[in-house]
Amino acid sequence: MRVSEPTRSRSMADPGSRLAAEVVSGPSPGTSPGSASGSTSGPVSGGAAGTPPGGHGAEPAGTASVRRLFDRYALLLVWVATIALFGALEPGIFLRAANFTSMFSSQAVLVVLTYSLVVSLTAGEYDLSAAPVLTLSAMVLAILNAQLGVPIGLAILAALAAGVLAGVANGILVVWVGIDSIIVTLGTGTLISGIVLWISNSEMVSGISQTLVNWVIVPRLWGLSFGFVYALGLTVLLWYLLEYTPLGLKLLFVGRGRRVARLAGLDVGRLRFGALVGGALLAAFAGVLYAGTSGAADPNSGDSFMLPAFAAAFLGSTAVRPGRFNAWGSFTAVYFLVTGITGLSLMGIQIFIQDLFYGAALIIGVTLSVLVRRREQRERDVAETNED
Amino acid sequence: MNAAAAPVAPALALAHLSKRFGGTRALHDVALEVAGGEVHGLLGHNGSGKSTLIRILAGYHAPEPGGELWVRGAPVRLPLRPGQFRELGMAFVHQDPALLPALTVTENLRIGAFATDSLRRIDWRAEARAVAALLAEFGIEADPDERVERLRPWQRPLLAIVRAVDEVRRLTARAPAGPAAGSVAGPAASPAAGSVAGPVADPADAAPRGLLVLDEPTAGIGDAGVDRLFAVIRRVTAAGFGVLFVSHDLEEVLGITDRVTVLRDGEVAGAGITADLGKERLVEMIVGRRIVRGPPAAAAPAAPPLVAVDGLRGPGVPAVSFRIGAGEILGLTGLIGSGFAEVGALLVGARPATAGTLAIGPARHGLAGFTPRRAIAAGLAYVPAERLRAGCVGGMSVAENIGLPVLGRLTRAGVLAPRALLAHAGALCRRFDVRPPDPALSVESLSGGNQQKALMAKWLQMEPRLLVLEEPTQGVDVGAREQIFAAVRDWAAAGAAVLVLSGDHEQLSLLCRRVLIFRHGRIVAELAGAEVTEERMAHACFGTDPVAVDG
Repeated sequence: MRVSEPTRSRSMADPGSRLAAEVVSGPSPGTSPGSASGSTSGPVSGGAAGTPPGGHGAEPAGTASVRRLFDRYALLLVWVATIALFGALEPGIFLRAANFTSMFSSQAVLVVLTYSLVVSLTAGEYDLSAAPVLTLSAMVLAILNAQLGVPIGLAILAALAAGVLAGVANGILVVWVGIDSIIVTLGTGTLISGIVLWISNSEMVSGISQTLVNWVIVPRLWGLSFGFVYALGLTVLLWYLLEYTPLGLKLLFVGRGRRVARLAGLDVGRLRFGALVGGALLAAFAGVLYAGTSGAADPNSGDSFMLPAFAAAFLGSTAVRPGRFNAWGSFTAVYFLVTGITGLSLMGIQIFIQDLFYGAALIIGVTLSVLVRRREQRERDVAETNED
Repeated sequence: MNAAAAPVAPALALAHLSKRFGGTRALHDVALEVAGGEVHGLLGHNGSGKSTLIRILAGYHAPEPGGELWVRGAPVRLPLRPGQFRELGMAFVHQDPALLPALTVTENLRIGAFATDSLRRIDWRAEARAVAALLAEFGIEADPDERVERLRPWQRPLLAIVRAVDEVRRLTARAPAGPAAGSVAGPAASPAAGSVAGPVADPADAAPRGLLVLDEPTAGIGDAGVDRLFAVIRRVTAAGFGVLFVSHDLEEVLGITDRVTVLRDGEVAGAGITADLGKERLVEMIVGRRIVRGPPAAAAPAAPPLVAVDGLRGPGVPAVSFRIGAGEILGLTGLIGSGFAEVGALLVGARPATAGTLAIGPARHGLAGFTPRRAIAAGLAYVPAERLRAGCVGGMSVAENIGLPVLGRLTRAGVLAPRALLAHAGALCRRFDVRPPDPALSVESLSGGNQQKALMAKWLQMEPRLLVLEEPTQGVDVGAREQIFAAVRDWAAAGAAVLVLSGDHEQLSLLCRRVLIFRHGRIVAELAGAEVTEERMAHACFGTDPVAVDG
């Protein structure tokens, strides 16, 4: 499902060609891989071809803006409600400051990995190799530093370089060769996992320099670790990049309408390549944070982050900037998810709750973004019908 | 069977069919009848109501109350549900035959059968035999195991037609048959049951088996393909089907149809036996006898050309050359599939051209390997016909869509302030009267006319030296159309060259002083000055007007 060939809108009467015309390239909030239910679907183009002109679907401005405000901060409200709920159930433990600082600090790795996905998803690519890259980066760092005695600074650079290399490999296959990113990264991700098992002898490597550990987990700011401060800094940076730079807007256009972007003179290939490499670099940085957090690298360390990161990215796309993958929405989503997990485990619920919770969150996140999208479409259709 | 007992009901009959879109009348009191075994032509310009009529049959539009429909003699309530046409024994074959190129002929032809019996084991040998028999019945020489992508282009529509016939037979044979399964029970048999489920046609039995709607099936298949297509269509009618043949191409309509209905401005402009009417009379019915004022005669366009396109070659366009003067608005037109519509995408590199050069002023550019990025740098702007696929991203704001090509200009010290983007787009929205003038709205929420105005703003801000417009007023209301015309004229008056690609001859007659006519990928005529009228253009497109041929 690459770039869709120009399809004449006059053939919309045929259900078959309608389907053919609904090809959606790449992910956008509101579409899931393989489903054509979301964005550029029938009603939109049908409207352009067959419906009469007229104004837009107006509704009382007040209601609309209140609803928009609610859409933006609903996830934040849900988060606060979750805190209130567990606070009421387990006031002794849950509401202690230490619990919060630990929650915030421990999830820096997940936040950074989620941003890696936000970057590639914005450009319309699924990067399933992000978590394996995290593992690779942590393992390269651990082996170089703990086993071979390479200075920690150099080891960090090597770990990041490994991530960039993986991103370049993905970029070549996806952009130059032209394979769907979901397949390419499924392959490269598994390949990378194999390399990690190989170079580590399938064993955990510990003994990473205390300097790195100090710079990641030691509490520095109101009891919060440096790792969290980095994550917060990255949030601001990503927010700035996506909202306030031409690059962010270009990436978004490439992800949402590749033909439109190309016709507007954008170098679509370079932007997609860049997004895959940038995403991989962020994933490698998450690996460095992971190594610093635990002082060791585990050959399976990335596995448990994959699903939460996708869940947070999609859930985040329903908040703050609904309809777009965005930094603050993802940030809120990560901590909402972690709050839920922490609260449930404090109540003594089994470890399997993690999988239940993250899996459900991913599905609910994607479903919500589809529903939001469909509601907008329905409102527009109603507005157009009223003009008939 | 009982054909002799009563006059045979037509495969399809329509009466008093009307449809309005807002203030526009798309169809008014249209009647149409297609007999079994007949090829019935449906002719008319773009916007004459052909597409609306087909969409009503397909269940996409609900007609105004009062319309009547009979299928094989049985009245059917309007509006139809989407997909209901299948139960009624109808099938549609469109210009884009909707075949999967990577699958084999057998798979493509049997996909409908697979879809209804998901769990049945597929007996591939039986399927191949059935397909071979089907292909033989309609005289198509194709290997059932061949992948469709390896067939010749003209073979594909044939497969689509055969698949449609097969589907109609299967569905009508299987429909909840009631008492009448297998025989034509009475004059008013229910539509689902009225079909004959028996084997292949007995030529004496004229009861219609179903209806096939062919919508521009000959576009892009070449002359050899047309002959074969006609042969297949004749076998389809011999098998008892009625065929509604929708086309722009007069030659084809004359070649294959028995009777014809011509629509003009949503009304039946005429109908009759094709052979009796003849070409001249048909063109008259299509174009009408309206006197349309042409633009004032051109004051000799002596200015040296600003733009020269030489030897442009690409898919659908064998080789085309033309010039556009500074300040000139040049029109390109032709029938669907004639190649004029491809020129825009090829010129800007949206689709790869294989050869050709483009000169704008003193600068020359090779068109092979040209990209939109380089086209923009060369001073081209291209407003594509597909507004929401290629023109803009519907779910994003007007400001973002307008700002996309000029983000660099709006950036201060690396910061793209949303307010600067909104202010920039807001000013353009006011200048081009995009309503409502709120650049923060998503493009989807605008009407077609306002989307188009926003697109004009997006590209005119680039101050292009050559502006290429594809169907600039498709789906645009009359008021917005005038505003778009004014914007185009203003920009030409400022010294730019404008190229308008359109099948809408009225629009061209209002905008252009010179129009090139395409047929089979080549420029076959040039109309200028007082010749640029709807009537002359239509005649030139149909090849019924003796005008000077320009190599």
